[in-house]
This record gives sequence, C-alpha cells and structure tokens, in this order.
Amino acid sequence: MHRLIALLLLMTLMLPASHAKADDAYEEIAASAQSISAANFDSVRRGIEELAVSDDPRAAVVIGALNDSLLFANEDHTLVIQQPDGTYVDARTGSPLPDLTDDDVKSVRVNNAVRSAIDAALGSLQLFAADAPKRLQAASAVFTSHDPAALPALDKALAKETNADVKRRMEQAKAAALLYSPDAGQSDKLAAVATLKARGDQDARSVLSTLAGETGPVAEAAGAAVVSIDRVLQIWSLAQSVYYGVSLGSVLLLAAAGLAITFGVMGVINMAHGEMVMIGAYTTFVVQQLMHTYLPSLYDISLLIAIPMAFLVSGGIGVAVERSLIRWLYGRPLETLLATWGLSLVLQQVVRSLFGANNRDVDTPGWMSGAFQLGGLNLTWNRMYIIVFAFLVVAALMAALRYTPLGLRMRAVTQNRRMAAAMGIRTPWIDALTFGLGSGVAGIAGVALSQIDNVSPNLGQGYIIDSFMVVVFGGVGNLWGTTLGALTLGIVNKFLEPIAGAVLGKIVVLVLLILFVQRNPRGMFPLKGRAVET
Amino acid sequence: MKLDRTSFLTITGVLGLALVLAVLNQVTAVGSALHVPTYVLALTGKYLCFAMLALAVDLVWGFAGILSLGHAAFFALGGYAMGMYLMRQIGTRGVYGNPNLPDFMVFLGWKELPWYWYGFEWFGFAMLMAILVPAVLAGVFGWLAFRSRVTGVYLSIITQALTYALLLAFFRNDMGFGGNNGMTDFKDILGFNVQADSTRSALLVVSALLLCGQFLLARFVVDSRFGKILIAVRDTESRTRFLGYRPESYKLVVWVLSAVMAGIGGALYVPQVGIINPSEFAPGNSIEAVIWVAVGGRGTLVGAILGAILVNFGKTWFTGALPEVWLYALGAMFIFVTLFLPRGVMGLFRARTAKEPEPEPPTVAAAHEVTG
Repeated sequence: MHRLIALLLLMTLMLPASHAKADDAYEEIAASAQSISAANFDSVRRGIEELAVSDDPRAAVVIGALNDSLLFANEDHTLVIQQPDGTYVDARTGSPLPDLTDDDVKSVRVNNAVRSAIDAALGSLQLFAADAPKRLQAASAVFTSHDPAALPALDKALAKETNADVKRRMEQAKAAALLYSPDAGQSDKLAAVATLKARGDQDARSVLSTLAGETGPVAEAAGAAVVSIDRVLQIWSLAQSVYYGVSLGSVLLLAAAGLAITFGVMGVINMAHGEMVMIGAYTTFVVQQLMHTYLPSLYDISLLIAIPMAFLVSGGIGVAVERSLIRWLYGRPLETLLATWGLSLVLQQVVRSLFGANNRDVDTPGWMSGAFQLGGLNLTWNRMYIIVFAFLVVAALMAALRYTPLGLRMRAVTQNRRMAAAMGIRTPWIDALTFGLGSGVAGIAGVALSQIDNVSPNLGQGYIIDSFMVVVFGGVGNLWGTTLGALTLGIVNKFLEPIAGAVLGKIVVLVLLILFVQRNPRGMFPLKGRAVET
Repeated sequence: MKLDRTSFLTITGVLGLALVLAVLNQVTAVGSALHVPTYVLALTGKYLCFAMLALAVDLVWGFAGILSLGHAAFFALGGYAMGMYLMRQIGTRGVYGNPNLPDFMVFLGWKELPWYWYGFEWFGFAMLMAILVPAVLAGVFGWLAFRSRVTGVYLSIITQALTYALLLAFFRNDMGFGGNNGMTDFKDILGFNVQADSTRSALLVVSALLLCGQFLLARFVVDSRFGKILIAVRDTESRTRFLGYRPESYKLVVWVLSAVMAGIGGALYVPQVGIINPSEFAPGNSIEAVIWVAVGGRGTLVGAILGAILVNFGKTWFTGALPEVWLYALGAMFIFVTLFLPRGVMGLFRARTAKEPEPEPPTVAAAHEVTG
C-alpha cells in the first residue's frame, strides 16, 4: 500500500495534471508488452490509471481482461483480448480478429504494483456503473480505503452523478481521500473534515481519529470533529436503547392489554391469561399450516388472517371459561387465582397432547423480515411492526370500550352492577363477553409473539408475571396506565441491561417494582372514588 | 394447652408413621416381607418437609388471609443454608479435591471462599442461617408490604415477583450458589453418611418430630389471643384496625414465623432429597404448596399436613404410572377443590363428625376489595 502510494506520488509529479487521452493509454499498455523492464510496468500502470478515468466505454472490459491475464498485444501495438474459445478481438473496438493466432501476440505482463493499480481501477470503474446501488457500494469502498489515488475518478464520477444519495456518499469518499492526500490544500482538508463531521457515524470517526493525533489546524479540526461525532453517536446509542425499550415495552403491552381488561376492568385474577396468548400463537401456526396446504397464493398474508382467527379462538375459549368456571368465583379473587392456575395447567397439557412438547415453527412473512437504517438506528421490520401493532391493538381496545354499545355496557356493569342490571343490561352476558374480549386480545398478542418467541406450550408462562406487573404498575382498570407502565418497564429494563446484565437487570426491575407497589399499592394511576375502598 | 382429638390423632399419626417406617427399615433384613426400602424413607421424609411448608402457608393464608405465592422461596432459602453446610462437609472428597472450595467454585476458577460462605462449615451456624435468612427476608418484605397496606391479590402478585426474582438470581453463576446446577453430591451430615439407611431413618424421625413441633406451635399461636386477632384481621381488616389493633404488626409476626417454619422444612428437605437447585424457587412450586393447603382444608392446620401428603403421594404415583395425566389431574384438582370443596378434605370430614364451630369463610373482605 505504501509503495503504491509512493509510486502514485511519483507519477503525479511526473505527469502533467491534464488527463491523457484514452488512445495514449492503449498505446502505452500495448507498447509495454514488447519488452520487460521496470519502466514498462510503470507505463502499464499509468495506462491503467488513465484508462480508468477516461470515458472509454470498454475500459472496464480491457482492465478486467488484464486482471484475468487475457490481454495481449501484437507487433503493431494493437491490444487484443483472448476470448474463452481461444480467438482474439480488438480490445479497443471489440471487433473480432480471426486471422490472429497465439504466435502473433505477446501478453501484457503485470507485477504487484500493476495489480494494485488494476484493483484500484476496477474499483473506481464501479463508480461509473450503470445501477445506483453498485455506485453506492463503490463509493463506500473508496470511503473505507480513503485512497487518494481514487480522487481523479471520484471527481469525474461526481461530475456525472445524478442520484443524490450516491452523490453524497461520493462526496464523503472524496473528503476521506482528500484528508489522506499529501498535496491537498489546507482549506480543502478543513472542508473535508466538515463533510465527515456532517456524516457523523462510526466510519467517519475512524477516518478522522487517525488524523486527530497529529498537529496543525487540520488535526485540531479533526479532533474537534471526533468529539462532536462521539456526542452524536452517544445520542444515537441512547435513541437505540430507547427503541429497544419501546420494543420490549410493546411486547409487554401486547401481553398485558388483555389482562388490563380481565384483571383491570373485571377484577378477575386470570392466571390462565398466558395460556390464551399461547393459544393465539398456536392458532397462527394452524392457520399457516392450513393456508400452506389450501391457499398457497395467500400465504404471505397468513398472519393478517391469523389475527381475527386468534381473537375468535381465544375469545371463544374465554367466554366458555367464564361461563363454566369464573362466574362461580366472583368476589373470591384468591380462589379465582387458584382455579385459573389449574386451568392454565390443563390448557398447557391439552396443547402439549395435541401439538407435542416441541417448539412449532411459525414463519415470518417476507414483508416482516429484514432490517433498515434510520439515521444511526438499526431497526428490524418485525420489531417495528410489533410496536405499531401493539399501539393499534390498544387504540382499538380503547375505542371499543369508549364508543361501542358493548363497551358502554361493559363500563356500566363495572361501575355499578346493580344499577346496570336495573337498566336492563344482562350483566352475566356482559361479564362473559368482557372476559371473552380480554382473552381475545390475549390471542391477538399471541399472533405477534409467535414472530419473536418460541411457540411452545410454555409460551404463556413467560409472560404471566410480567403482565401482572405491568397492570399493577400502571394502575388497575386504566388502559393508559397499562400502556405507560409497559413502556416504562421496557425502557428501564433496556437501560439497566448494559449496566447490570440481562438477568440482573430483570431482577433489579422486579425488586424496584416490588418496592414501587409497596409505596403505591394502587399503581401509577390509581382509580379514584368509592371503588378504591377495600 | 389442651389438645383436641384431631390434633392428637395427627401427631400420633405422623410420629407413628415415621417411627414404624424407620424401625422396620432398620430392624428387618433386606428381602424380608416387612422390610421398608430406603427410598420409601426418603420419599416420606420429603412429604413431611412439604407438610411443613404447607403448614407455613396455612398459617398465613388460613388465619391471616395473606395468600403467599412465594412461600417456596423461604423453603428454598432454608434448603440452600443446609446445602451450603453439606457442601462444606464434602471437603477434599470432591471431584477437584479442594479442601476449601466446593467443586463448582473450583470449576469457575474462584480462588477464595466468598465471605457469605464463612461459618457454614459449622452445623449450628448453618441451621441458624436456615432460620435467620428467611426470617430477615420475610421481615423486610412484610414490613414494607403490610405497613403500606398492600393486601389481597396485590400482595399475592408481589410475593410471586419476589420468588421469581430469587429464581433468576440463583440461576446466576456469579451468585456463588452453584448456578443452574445448584448443590448436590453430598457426603456427610454431622459426621454420618447422608446415604446410609440409619441416617435416612434418623432424618425421617427428626422431620416427623419437627413437623409435630411446628404443628403444636401453630396450634398454640392460632388458639391464643394473638390468633383470635389474626382471624379478625383476616375477616375484616379495617374493622380490626378501627377497634384499635394494628393489623400490620400481627400480620408481620405471623408472616415471619411462617417463613421460619418454611425455612426449617427446606433445611430438612435437602439432605433427604440430596440436591438443591434454583428450580425450587419456581413460582409454580409456591402455587402448588397453596393447593396442598386448599385440598386439605384451609385454616385447619391438620388439613395442610394431610393435603401436602395426599397431593404429593398422588404426584409420585401419577408421574410414575401415567406421566401425561399428572398435569391434567393437578389442574383439575385446583379447579375442583376451589369450586366444590372450599373447605377441602377436612371440610368433608368435619361436616360429618365435628362439633366445634367452623371458621367463617373469609370471603367478605375479599369480595369488597375487587368488586367495589
């Protein structure tokens, strides 16, 4: 690398700044084929570099051929390329030369310096590639190598570039190369530092930090830029932690949303809530299997179909459970807890008998996989969708409670059961439907969780304690509190993780929660009024 | 203290069972028709330890209305104290032969014994810790919880969080309690080989004696004036407070006592089972302990012992004969007992014969709490 830079340095001193014509380049390479000497390798190298920045459309082919040792020259200094079938074509025009035989030509030789020049030339030629992603990749490669030799090619490419994204990346690459170019002016370098500072990511920092150790105004500017980039990076990493926290919070929110209805609104301690989530996840699995067999064309949207199905299945089981079990236990919360715990064991065992104890594969559709970059944030699509989905579910739940006739009746029954009954509301059915709604929402949560967790009979157990914590923390009977509680817990958890480690972080959160509940036994947003009195 | 007939029967039953099994195991020859195999001793000993846990749960749930879903944590802490003593007794007989460090510490590359392991080579100190550690934890937790009037379901849920947090903590290798694998491969207890038949017999008899002691203590507590106030707190806490009592103090005392009882149970459990690991902290274990009490009959003390033995005997039998059915059976038991047998097996028994007044079902306060 250093030798190459030294050679290039020599070359730039020797050559006039103006670009040689492509013709000269061909001539130089061809002439060198006739004899072997250090000077000849130099002229090959020069020829490659000139060819790379010329507009010659066959430059890539010729240099590529040289790279593959397929470039030859005949005695009148015509460059020819050997084809796979052994015949030759004119390198400059591409027209076939049927008369030429192996005896007429001599190969163009390369040494290490020439090979480096070939690599650099092929790299900069990519800067002129037809499709934008390739150009972007080439610009990024130049940025990483920050090789001043690429500067002429970059200048040319920049002049032609129309795509704004690629252009910006090329300018950054140029700035990086300029910083390492020994004969760039100070003002150019300062401008380059500013460009890199504006880019502000880890790569820009590493380019700048090598300079920051030196002396002089450029180094000082680079040092300042590194500090400012560090600050920016810190903010991004903070934002990333918040995002992970929101992501975890949305999972907690999904798991707890149904419980906010059954426990929060109805006051039923449903320990089988996690199993409703698990049943939702298994419904997703079954829907996918069925669609795979009978409706393969719609397989991509199987998750969307699984959502209402999971709601119906879990909700239906919820109604059945309320009618057969819970309704005998109203007003006996501790007994309800025990009975629903028993129910959860039975449901787990039923699923284990039906589907086996092993994890089941639920596919992630194409539109949910992959990741994307937003500023300094790394975001995966499935987490993104789950965050959006969680908020949609809660919004829908709030709207259902607020605006639908069923929601009105539910609230009436919760607030004053006897009065509601006197108004003609069938309170037993409202109880059943409310419990069904909560269980159905748990089922919907199962669809989302099937994307990020193992679908096994034990799926629900992992969420039950967290869900109760969220509901109690947020304040019973309050969906806003549940939302805020879930997000707070998620974010606190993710901020503690780097400090304390994943497990210890969770323990700290649990201990904090225990202390919080003891200070505020009714959660963050306690209900006010007569309902509070025990 | 005057003992009623049921209590008398219970004590004679438990002691008699343990003595007969131990004597038959010791006196008769292997192969004889009357011989009791050693595993039966260990199994019975395990049941008796579970009965201590059930007794502890019944004391707080049946008489103070505190449904603890984390009582197995106190049991496990007592077990860990005993486990630490037994680990120190292994000495140079471990796989690595280190006289000071238990095997898992050598394996982790630790050079010195952590400070909190000091003293555990003495049996007395370890047993003191088996009592003190659960007591202190219960004291701090209860003081915080009862003082801020966390009651009912909320209390149940935070006790569950407590045992869950401990479960996660003890899974960590850095804690110095053997991590995932816990402690096992014990050799001696007080110089006797833990595997030997005679040691097993002795442990069984000691378990039975301690269970009877705990039972008498619990009986004494609930029959005393203190116990009457506890029952008042259980039934209507606010009314008791308005009468001038401080419910939180009464609850705290019985809560700590109950934790100590569970801890002693755990300490005796470990040498008979031969292993202690973090899974003892699993929330499911605590809830199972509650169902033993519910099956036997809440608030009867005798029922707790009966329930623990019955359910665990059922579990042993089912998991051996029909492993898939056990969870169905356990789940169905939870549902059936809460729906149809609110007073448990003892309720059935008493409905036929008992003359003493039955405790008022503690549903009034609870009903107010949730339905408002």
